[in-house]
Formats: sequence, C-alpha cells, structure tokens
Amino acid sequence: MAEFKQADSMYEWFDQRLGIDKFLKVMMTEYWIPKNINFLWAMGVLLTVMFTILLVSGLFLLMYYKPDINMAFDSVNYTIMQEVAYGWLFRHIHAVGASVVFLIIYIHMFTGIYYGSYKKGREMIWISGMLLFVLFSAEGFSGYMLPWGQMSYWAAYVITEIFGGIPLIGGDLVVWIRGNFYVSDSTLTRFFMLHVLLIPLAILGTIVLHFYALRFPHVNNLDGEFFDYDAEAKKYLDGKKVESKVVPFWPVFLSKDFFVLGFFLLFFFYLTFFHFNFAMDPVNFDKADGLKTPAHIYPEWYFLWSYEVLRGFFFEIAGISGKSLGLIAFAVAQAVFFLMPWLDRSPMVKPANQRPYFKYWFWFLMVDLIVLTIYGKLPPTGTNAWVGFASSITFLSLFIALPFITKAEGKKVGGK
Amino acid sequence: MKELKILAVLAVLVGITYYGIEPYAHHEMHPPVAPADFTYNGKQEVALYTKTMDEKLVAATENVAVQTAELAKATDAKAKEAITKKLEKAKSEVATLPETAKAEAQRRTDFWKTANHTAALEGNVTNGKVLVDANCIACHGIDAAGMPMAISNADAAASYGVVPPDLSSAATIYDAKYLAAFIASPVDAMHIQEKYSPESGKTFPMPSYNWMQPQEIADVVAYLKSLSVKKLEGKEAHKATFEAACGRCHSMQYAKFESTTPADALKTYMGTTPPDLSQYIKSRGEHYLHDFINDPQALLAGTAMPRVGLTEVAQHDVIAYMEEIGDPKKDERISLGIYTLAFTLVFAILGYLWKRKIWSEVH
Repeated sequence: MAEFKQADSMYEWFDQRLGIDKFLKVMMTEYWIPKNINFLWAMGVLLTVMFTILLVSGLFLLMYYKPDINMAFDSVNYTIMQEVAYGWLFRHIHAVGASVVFLIIYIHMFTGIYYGSYKKGREMIWISGMLLFVLFSAEGFSGYMLPWGQMSYWAAYVITEIFGGIPLIGGDLVVWIRGNFYVSDSTLTRFFMLHVLLIPLAILGTIVLHFYALRFPHVNNLDGEFFDYDAEAKKYLDGKKVESKVVPFWPVFLSKDFFVLGFFLLFFFYLTFFHFNFAMDPVNFDKADGLKTPAHIYPEWYFLWSYEVLRGFFFEIAGISGKSLGLIAFAVAQAVFFLMPWLDRSPMVKPANQRPYFKYWFWFLMVDLIVLTIYGKLPPTGTNAWVGFASSITFLSLFIALPFITKAEGKKVGGK
Repeated sequence: MKELKILAVLAVLVGITYYGIEPYAHHEMHPPVAPADFTYNGKQEVALYTKTMDEKLVAATENVAVQTAELAKATDAKAKEAITKKLEKAKSEVATLPETAKAEAQRRTDFWKTANHTAALEGNVTNGKVLVDANCIACHGIDAAGMPMAISNADAAASYGVVPPDLSSAATIYDAKYLAAFIASPVDAMHIQEKYSPESGKTFPMPSYNWMQPQEIADVVAYLKSLSVKKLEGKEAHKATFEAACGRCHSMQYAKFESTTPADALKTYMGTTPPDLSQYIKSRGEHYLHDFINDPQALLAGTAMPRVGLTEVAQHDVIAYMEEIGDPKKDERISLGIYTLAFTLVFAILGYLWKRKIWSEVH
C-alpha cells in the first residue's frame, strides 16, 4: 500500500483516497471537445438532463402507482393526478418528457447522420447510440402501457400481436410476451418490471458505454476535420486558447450547453403545463376495455414512422402476404440504422451539404420519414394506404441505394 | 447567423410533423359536425335525418343492382326464387323510402313547430298544478312542492326501467321548448326514434301526452316554472345540475357519486352500462362534450344516450362540473406553469450571459 501523508484538509483527504483532482481533470477540465461546433452538439447533454428528469419524476410516480389492472388506471388518474400534492406535475413531466426525449433523440441521431459522425473510428459511438434508441423505445412502449387506458391496452395489443407474424414460433412468442393469451394483468406486471427496473438498468449501462465510446475517437466537428487532439490540448493549456481547436468540457463546452438547455427547458415546460395532449392522448383517459376497440388505434408519435413501414404493405406480392412483408420491412427498419457506418461507403466525413450525392439522400430520407410519420397516424384507407405503401418502399429503397450512391460519391471526390 | 438558420430548419421540420400528426390527423379522424344548437327548432335534426335517409336510399339502390346481377347469374330454381324475393323487397324499399322519409321529415318539422308554438303560449299555473297532480306525480316526485318520490330508487328502476326524474328543477335546467316537446312526445324530443321505432317493439316508459292541448302543456310548463327551487351558485349549482341532468344514468366515481338508477337495471334499460364520467372532460374534451350533450345522435349515431334538452346555461354547468371533478388541478397547473416559465427564462438568460463570458476567452 502506498504511504499516505497526513491530510491538511478534507479535500486533500478525499483526494488522497479517490484521486478527485485527477478524476475531475480526466472527466471535466481536460476532457477536450472541438471548438468548431453549433447548438446541435448540445443534444447529448440535453438528453442526459432529460433522462435524469424522467428518472426522478418516475421515482415519485413509482411511490403511488399500482401495477394491477383493477387499480392502475385510478392510481394514475385519481391518486397521482388528484390526491397526491403535485402528483399531477410529476405525471405531466414524465409523460411529456417521454415524448420530448424522443424528439431530442431524433435530432441527435440525424445530426450524427448529417455530419457523418458514425464513421472512421466513430462506429462504436453510433452503435451504442442506436442501442440507446432501441432501449428508449422499449422503455417508452412499456411505460405507455402502465396507465392502463384504452390506448395503453390497444397499442399493447397491436404491437405484441406483431410478433405473431414471425414464422413457426410467432403464436407461442406472443403468448410468452403477454404471459397470457390476451393482454392482461400478467402483461401489465411484466411490462411494469421492464419499465422500472430492467430497461432503466440497461439504459444506464449503455449511456456509460456511449460516453466511453466518445473518449478515443473524440467528438466530431462542423467540418469533419481530423486533428491532433494532444497538440491542440497543449496549445490550450499553454494559454493559446483562441488559437487552439479544442475547448475543455468544463466550463467552456458546458456553458454553451447550459445556455441551450435553458431555452430548451422553456419549450419543455411550456409543453408540460400548457400543451400536453400530444403526449397524453385523450383516448387514454378512458379505462382499458378489451371488449371495446377504439375507432383509431395508433402508437405514440415517435413510433409512427416504423409503424407505417409495417402497415404500408397491405396486399400480397409474389405470393407473400402483406402482413409478412410488412413484418419483414418493419424488422429491416429497426435494424438498418445500425448499419449506417457500413452502408455509407464514401470516405468523406463532411456535413451532408458538402457531399455531392449524400445531401440528396439525406433530405430524401428526412422527407420520407416525415411522410411516414404523418401517414402512420392517419386511417390507412383509400389513398392514405397507397401513400403509406409508396413511402415504405421509398424508405427501403433509400437504404438499398445508399451503398451505391456513396460508392459513386467516393469515386467522384477521389477518396477525400 | 448560421445557427439561427439551422434552428429555423429544425423548427420547420418539427412544425410540419406536428401539424400532420396533431391538428391534421384529428381533423381527418373526427370530421367536423354541426355545432351545438340551442334553438330547439328541429332544423338540424331534420337535416341530419334527410341526409341519413338519402344515404339509405343510395345503399338500397345499390342493393337492387346487386340482386339483379345475382338473379342473372343464378341457375337453380330455388335460388332464383330466393333472390327474386330479396330483389322485390329491395325494389319496394327504393320505391317507398323517398316518400316515407319525406313524410317523416315533415312530421318532425311540424312536431317542433308545435312545440315552439306551445312554449310561446302564456301558461296558467293553477291549471298547470291540477294537470300535474292528475298526470305526473303518479311516477314523478316533486321535492320542491313537498311531494317526494313515493318509492325507493331501486323499486322505481324495477318498475319503470329507469328512475323517473324529480321535476323540481325541470323548468330550470331544460329548455322550455324542449320541455313542451317532451311532454307531447318524449321519444321525438329525445331524438331516439330509431331505438323506439314500431319495429323495435319497445315502448318508452313515459307515455306521450299529445292528447293535451298546447295550452294545457303550456300550463304544465308554467307550473313547473313556478316551483321555487333554491337558487344555487358556482360549484354547488354545477353539481346540482349535473346530478339532476345526468345522475340518473351516469356515475362520477371521482366525486363518489353513483347513478340513482342501479347499475344492473341501467344495463337492461339502456342496453349497455352508461360510462362513468369522472375523466370525460379529459377523454372527450370540452368542445366535443358541448356538441355531444346537445344532440348525441348527431355525433354518435345509434348511441343509447338521448338528447337531454338542457339550456345553454345548464349545459355549461354540467361541463364545468365535469371539469371540477375530472381536472381539479387546472388552476394550480396554470399558475405554477407561469412561475416555472418565468424561472426558466431567468435561467436561460443567465446561461446565455455565462456562455458569452466564457466563450469570449476562446474566440
């Protein structure tokens, strides 16, 4: 054991034992972030804050929520919303937060795609981020079931039913997931467990992995420029702060994030207090009733695009039923973003607007995703069904075309 | 500035998506309907009826074409006979429907005309009391006149299907024209002619008093108006109106209120258990409730819920009560929301100033 000299202060006492000085340097004051960034680089910190807000508000809700089909609805809508002091506040924050966190996730994700922040060494950042997206999706879906309203029940019914389309094991799988032949008390209690324990644990672990994955390849910058971080860091430490291409995480990077966070929270609290119906669907204030199907069943807005890819195939093609085709397309849609680093075969790490072909691909994708999202909510009848089909096909085609487009782009720019 | 441009692009993308999944989708899923109508002149009802019958005629005409095609295809004599029968039935429907519809539309128009005329007459309270004593109190209680219901709610529900309302506040919460129409023909006033059609074999528990002269009906209404009901204000009034207007069929669990008609009797009477209304202000929203209560059939054809005939003021009371019970934290939410936004704005401004200070050293 190393020899410890008598500590002169409490700080020193802890520093001797926990290496606070060094830890703060590594994590904060000498964790280097590129200077050439814009407000879109604040989304990571926004997401960390949102996750914390969700975790804390969730803890308060957990004190009064009752995971039982006979009590769940009233424990949320009466006990929490009416009896508990400020229970309504925590519920609003949690429900609106769950929706807004996806908005920020999408912005974060498409910022990454736009600036090419998933390639040349940044693959693990991308993969761990996509894992977080999947985990948050599972978290959102399981949480939406808990208030046990009509939309909780029927969205759970429809989404679990999807697994029934898997060949051979589908039927058994649905029963296994639900813990019963229909969505029932056992479904609610297991989704409760997933929502409050298993998935949050997995999210915490994956967040750590995501942050860790940033350390070696470093954060991307506005121009996709690669430079020597050690040299730039040295410049900064030597006092050439203006010249250096990097800034420390604390206080420089975070000061910008706090500023962005402030205005984001204004938006978030406005929604929480004054404009929350988009995240707390009115239909869900009717108690779940397995005998009464709502006129329109739709998932939360952040699942609409992939839901529409599932629904888009509504007729048989080449002897394969629409349902199976939809399921295949849906499975592809869930997995395909993971493959971005390998589907993009152009060596360029540049913002999309500086890439001759990729820029078209990117904006096509954005438009297609918005169309999918909007038509994912509309009733799938008449022209709506065909728009859904066309945009689903477009979605798949975009990803099939991506390697060819980027390969051609690579040739055009000659490996730059 | 470039960052503001990026923010604008972001706002446009999010804005389009929001517009598509919220206002636009809601508009597509719930097409607009005729607004609440407190005139009780029957015009909207007749327009709706005519439209429904026109649609029925189109369907019947299509059916004739379908059956004709089937008949041409059929080879077996027995099948031909069966199809011919169906075809004749469909043809006769097409032939009679327009006239039946026209006659019924005229009947409804006349019905509401008479009701309006009746409501405009000057009623005689003394004569009204005689008529009420002779015709109404066998089934209805009138607390305000010292005549409570003679039997318990459970017995009343068992005898009539549903607990007959106490008439004390009838003239306060129901529109006078509606009341006049109701006495003459409850089923027509309530807009549930489909449910109690001659073919259904059902009869509404209260008979039509269409044998009364308009003047006599006006007398009854005048008497009911003369009853001195304790004038309530604010939340008390909201609660009383809700219980009188809705409470015979609907419960309000979050107010610990149970429908006066027992649940099992209600299910037999209505064909379905009327919903608990605790969260209806949230699940349906004020706007929908406003139109729906005024004329349920117009928004949900075939629903068991009748038109209640509330005055605009009484309907406002009912909705206010639903909000007081279903969303009691609304005021707290708004005031705390304003404070929170003010606090966050200060945080954001400080954040901006701090960022400016820090970044001035590195730029």
